[in-house]
Order: sequence, then C-alpha cells, then structure tokens
Amino acid sequence: MNVLKGRSARAWAGFAGAAVVLFAIAPLALSDFRLGLLAKYLCTAMVAVGICLAWGRGGLLTLGQGVFFGLGGYAMAMHLKIADAGPGNLPDFMQLYGTATELPWWWKPFENPLFALAATVLLPMAVAALLGLFIFRRRVKGAYFAILSQALAAALAIWLVGQQATTGGTNGLTDIQGFFGYSLDDPVNQRLVYFVIAAALLLLMAIARQLINSRYGELLVAVRDSEERVRFLGYDPANVKLVAYVVAAGMAGLAGALFVPAVGIISPALIGIVPSIEFVIGAAVGGRASLVGAVLGAVAVAWAKTALSEEFPAAWTYFQGLLFIVALAFLPGGLASLAVLVRRRRKASPAQQTAAVPLGEAA
Amino acid sequence: MSSGSGSSRVPRRGFLAVGAALTAVVTLSACGAKTDAAGSSSDKAAKIDVSGDTVKVGLLNSLSGTMAISEVTVRDSLKLAIDEINASGGVLGKKIKPISEDGASDWPTFAEKAQKLIKEDGVAATFGCWTSASRKAVKPVFEKNKSLLFYPVQYEGLEQSPYIFYTGATTNQQIVPALDYLKSKGLKKLYLVGSDYVFPRTANKEIKAYAKANGMTILGEDYAPLGSTEFSTIANKVKASKADAVFNTLNGDSNVAFFKEYKSAGLTAKSMPVVSVSIAEEEVKSIGTQYLAGQLTAWNYYQTTTGAANAKFVKAYKAKYGQDKPTSDPMEAAYTSVYLWKAMVEKAKSFDPEKVKAASDGITFDAPEGTVTVDGATQHVYKTARIGEIGTDGQIKEVWNSGKPVKPDPFLKGYSWASGLS
Repeated sequence: MNVLKGRSARAWAGFAGAAVVLFAIAPLALSDFRLGLLAKYLCTAMVAVGICLAWGRGGLLTLGQGVFFGLGGYAMAMHLKIADAGPGNLPDFMQLYGTATELPWWWKPFENPLFALAATVLLPMAVAALLGLFIFRRRVKGAYFAILSQALAAALAIWLVGQQATTGGTNGLTDIQGFFGYSLDDPVNQRLVYFVIAAALLLLMAIARQLINSRYGELLVAVRDSEERVRFLGYDPANVKLVAYVVAAGMAGLAGALFVPAVGIISPALIGIVPSIEFVIGAAVGGRASLVGAVLGAVAVAWAKTALSEEFPAAWTYFQGLLFIVALAFLPGGLASLAVLVRRRRKASPAQQTAAVPLGEAA
Repeated sequence: MSSGSGSSRVPRRGFLAVGAALTAVVTLSACGAKTDAAGSSSDKAAKIDVSGDTVKVGLLNSLSGTMAISEVTVRDSLKLAIDEINASGGVLGKKIKPISEDGASDWPTFAEKAQKLIKEDGVAATFGCWTSASRKAVKPVFEKNKSLLFYPVQYEGLEQSPYIFYTGATTNQQIVPALDYLKSKGLKKLYLVGSDYVFPRTANKEIKAYAKANGMTILGEDYAPLGSTEFSTIANKVKASKADAVFNTLNGDSNVAFFKEYKSAGLTAKSMPVVSVSIAEEEVKSIGTQYLAGQLTAWNYYQTTTGAANAKFVKAYKAKYGQDKPTSDPMEAAYTSVYLWKAMVEKAKSFDPEKVKAASDGITFDAPEGTVTVDGATQHVYKTARIGEIGTDGQIKEVWNSGKPVKPDPFLKGYSWASGLS
C-alpha cells in the first residue's frame, strides 16, 4: 500500500515538475527559435510515449511508427492547406502540379475541421486496428512484425511521392500559413502551438501511465514476457497486443498532427524507414520500458541531433551513430536504467528492487 | 519507497496551482494575429547582424546524406568566392563570415537550419539548397522572415518567390533549348526517363506540352525512385520503343545503373542518343566515360567554356581544392551568386534585403559562363543555353549555344504551348 502511494506521489511531483519546466521555465529561457525546436522535439517524445507502451511494455518492435505519424500529419496538413487556399480554391501545389480543377474526392472530407481533427487520431488508430487484427491473429511476431512495419512505412512513403498532383510528392505539404484561423507567422501563435504540444505530451504520458499501472498493463508485460503462458491462463494475447498497438498509433498520429503547425511541413521524408527507426532509437536510448526514460531519450536524441549538427556540420552523423552504439552497448536498458543502477548501488538491498525494474529484454 | 503517505498531498496541491498558472499563461498568449489580419508583418523582418567588421552569410548545403556528393562541391565553390571577395576588401568594407549548416539531404532539416541562420545568426543572405524539395521547404521560412536565399541550381520553373534569387537555369534556359536542339536534328520520337520526384515529373509535364505543340511524340515515360539502381526493365522498354532519343531527368546514383543497363541493352549514343539535364562534370567522373562518351547534356556552363573569367575560376578552384577536381554548372552558378549579391549590396549601399532586392535589376557580372544579368522582375538571371557532348576524357564539349543570354521566363509565359501548365 505504502509503496503504491509513494509511487503515485512521486508521479504527481514529476508531472508538476515537468509542467513547470515546460510551461514556465522553457518559454522564459528559450528564444522563439529554440522554443520552436523544443516543440518539434516534444512531438517525437509523443511518439516515444506510444513506443514505450507498445515496445517497452508489449514487446512489439514498432519500426513503422512513421506511418501513423504521417497519417496524422497529412490529415492535419490537408485541412490547413485547404483552409489556407480559401473556399473554392485549390491548394497551391495542386494548381502547379495537378490537372484537376476541383479537390480530389478523398481530400473533400478534410475541408471540415472537426473531421480533420478527429481523423488525425482515429485514422491511424483504424489503420493500426485493421493491420493488428491480421498480424496478431496470425501470430506474426518478433522480427516478422518489425519487417512488416518497415515495409508499410516504405510503401506509404513511395506512394505519397508518386501522387505528386494530389499529395505534393517529395515536397510534401509545405508553406502552411494558418492554424484554425490563427496566423502561424505570429510568434505569439507559435508559442501557443508550443503550449498545446506540451499539454498534449503531458496528457499522453498520463494516459500511458494509467494504462501501464492498470491490470491491463500487467497483462501486457505478461504477454511480452511469456505469450504462451498468458494464452493458457485464458486470455487472448492478440487482443492485448492490439490495444497497445492501436493506442501507440493514435499517439503517433496526434504527434504528427501537432508537428505540422510547429514545423510547417509534412513530407514523405518524415514517414519512411529512416525516421521510423529514429523514433525507436530515441526511446531505446532513454529506456524503452520507462515512460520518463523514453520521453527524455526522444527529446535528448532530437536535441543532440540539432546541437551536434550546428557545431560540426560535416561530422555530426558520426556523433549520432556513436551515441547510439555507446548507449545500446553499455546501457541496453537505456539511460533510465542508469538511475535504477545508481539506486541499487546505494540501497544494496536487492529484494526491494524487483518491482522497480520493469525491464525485460524481449523485443 | 520511504516517502510517507503525508507527502503525497503536497505535490498534488502544487500541481493544481501550476495548472491554474498555466491556464492563465495559455489564455494570455492566445491572442496572436489571425490569418486575415492585414499589415501585421511590418516588424517581422529578420535582424541582420552587422556589428563589428564582418557580415555573416549562411551556406545551406547537404554535407551528409545522398545529396552530399553534389552539394559539397557547391559549398566549396561558395567558399572560394567568399575568400576571393574577402581578399579584395570584402563588401561595403566588411569581411564576409560564412556560417555553414548541414541540410542533411532532409527537407525539414533544411527548414530548421534556415531558421537558425536567419534568427540566431542574423545572416545577411543565405546561399544554397539543391533539390526542389529542399527549396520548397525553406521558401516559407525566407518569406516569413523577409530574408534572402540565393539558389544556384537549374530547376523546373513555375516559381517566383520575392525572397529567392534563382541563379541557375529555369526551364526556358535549359530544357526548352534542349528540345529545340533535338527537333532541329530531326529527333522527334522521345522516351522520358526520370527520378520520381518533383523536378522530373514537372519537367516531363512541360516536355509533353512542348512535344504536342511541335509535332513530336512521347513514346513512354518512366520514373524510378531516387537512389534506385534497378534499370534493366526500363532499358528494355526504351529499346523496344524504337525512340529517336531519350530525355533523361534521373538524378544522382541512378544514372550509373541506367547508363550501364543502357549500354548492355545494346543502345549507343549513335543509335539512340540520351540528353541529360542533371549530369555535369562531377557526375561524368563517377558514372564513367565508357558509358557516357558521345551522349548529350544541357547546361549553361561547362569546364571547357571559353573566356578569361572561366580560365581564372577553374584555375583558382583547382588550386584550392585539387587538380583532379572538375568544375560544373551548379558550382559556377553558386560562385556567381555570391558576386551578384555583392554587386547588389554595393549598389544598394545596404545589407537590408528590401534595398538589395530593389537594387537587383540590371546587375551584371562577368561570370565564368559569360556575362550574366539579373532580371529584377523575376529575380532570375539571363543565361546562355549550351548543349554539350561528353568526350572520352570526361570533359563536355559544347556543340551548340544560344548565342546570347536567354531572358528567364519561369512561368513560360512567352510560349503558347505552355499556357495550360500553370
């Protein structure tokens, strides 16, 4: 009992601390440009929350989160492009590359802001549900699941590139001016977008924490560690995995949707194989099984990418590679396991640790 | 787990207080400009850092990723021009300090780095970008911050941003002359091969419109993903089509595989010539002259272009970067762009982008490709079109040129066949 209360108190303190940092300290300490970058990093952190749930807790190596990030991003960007063009006009790139004189039928629903907003989350979830049903019912797992996810990410990126007249091709959807009537030109509105993203991240973390601490969360870890045993206990592991996969997809979709007003672009380059791997690497460096670890890892890796590339324009990719190798070779549980290691050293009473070390090597 | 139950309430209360404060902050900040607000952008121009005796400029090129092989040469060429200008006294009495950023062949990264150069570094102008996708990604950044970009690569036209100067060729200075050349040689049945991205798709749309109006036929059109090396199917389709010539808009590595397959399908420069618009001296070196000898290219500059300005450029470049390094069209356009900016600034007597733009019309420079003139209305450059034949020594020999610099026409307004394109 005491243990649970202590945990919950620490979690509340953590949330309060994170809120102070995100909402008070960061906006005061950072320039508009740096705050904009932080908004971008927080979007990758939102994807990492889903990865923590699906991979860290559920053992599903989700190497294709770019698909869901992209679906959310495109759903949002399509609406914003239509809104920018104004009623009766085609988005700028369609006038350039297309031959059509009116919106394609599959763009039309996105004219409605409510439909577009709902679609940013529900569309990725629906795709994940459909896919998950086929994959998990057929007991596809491990490397096969990972390869399938990758193939899907590649396929979506290639399809988007090919449909230049209706998707903007490799350029993606760029030059987004407004966000539901507010001009993204204005630094005040950019700041507002940042606040929305920070709030969304905390909300997703709260949801994920609730799921992880629930009975379902226990079941998910059980499926990760021994799927057959769970099956013999009378649960259907396919459904358990499906929920984690779908929730993670929804989170990636929301992240993609908020990425669009923050950065002003969504393109196939953001949803293919490489970005999908980068999402996972952030979570892995931080510690995939720990919610805080995954989020901080995602932010840290994205930040390091910017910082190193500014200092060493020609050599930063090597640093990035080195960072991953060091983190994964010496700290397979990610940076989060460092804290646990230190605590274990200090306490030196291994009996109490079992509850606090939730990491398994299942992948 | 030593924290007692008593402590659990304090943070919660704290959290509520924080929450209330946040709500206030968010509500307060929710009063920014609406999209339809007019005249709100007067004070948003980026601040240019001219303190001290230097002025900063940004170099935005991919130094890593698939585009690095091409874009690094552009960066080197930009640096050469900056060094030369600094050695002769700088611009308006200030030395140019280049700040190089890596776009990493990734379009959103280009946008991020452009913002960094403008907002954090306070650059007076930025030079760079290669692919159209990277240009499209940074275009809104330069427009919003009212900062200048000099773009040095030939592209598909149909664009005219008020904050971009295009010093590479637009369609009517490269693709249209190439088509005119093919037509004059009686090569009227074409096959189009390109990489799957914006430049080839748009260029091919323009080529098809030209063909329709000029009695030429397009026998086929194929796209391969960027970086693809599987071309046996396409080479066989090209062969079976019995076309007179191939118009090639492939980019990067794909050219190596394409020309190998082309040769092994039994096709030669004699039986079915290929006109390429993205193969310059640097690429000729990596593809190999055994596959390319006799094939055609369309550009505005070759290393072999005659004239004192080019002799000086080639010599300076080789002295700085190595005797085996060739010079190419995008490198030349980048080199020229720095000098054009310098001339505009000196005419405006200011680094202010608005004044520089106002001063741009009619600025000329004795460039390696010949005299170029800035067209203030389109912010493009008058350039001489040149068709070249690739030789066995890896150099490109000019076989035709337009005689005088061609007026830039990015929206092809002077061509009736192009009326439906934009």
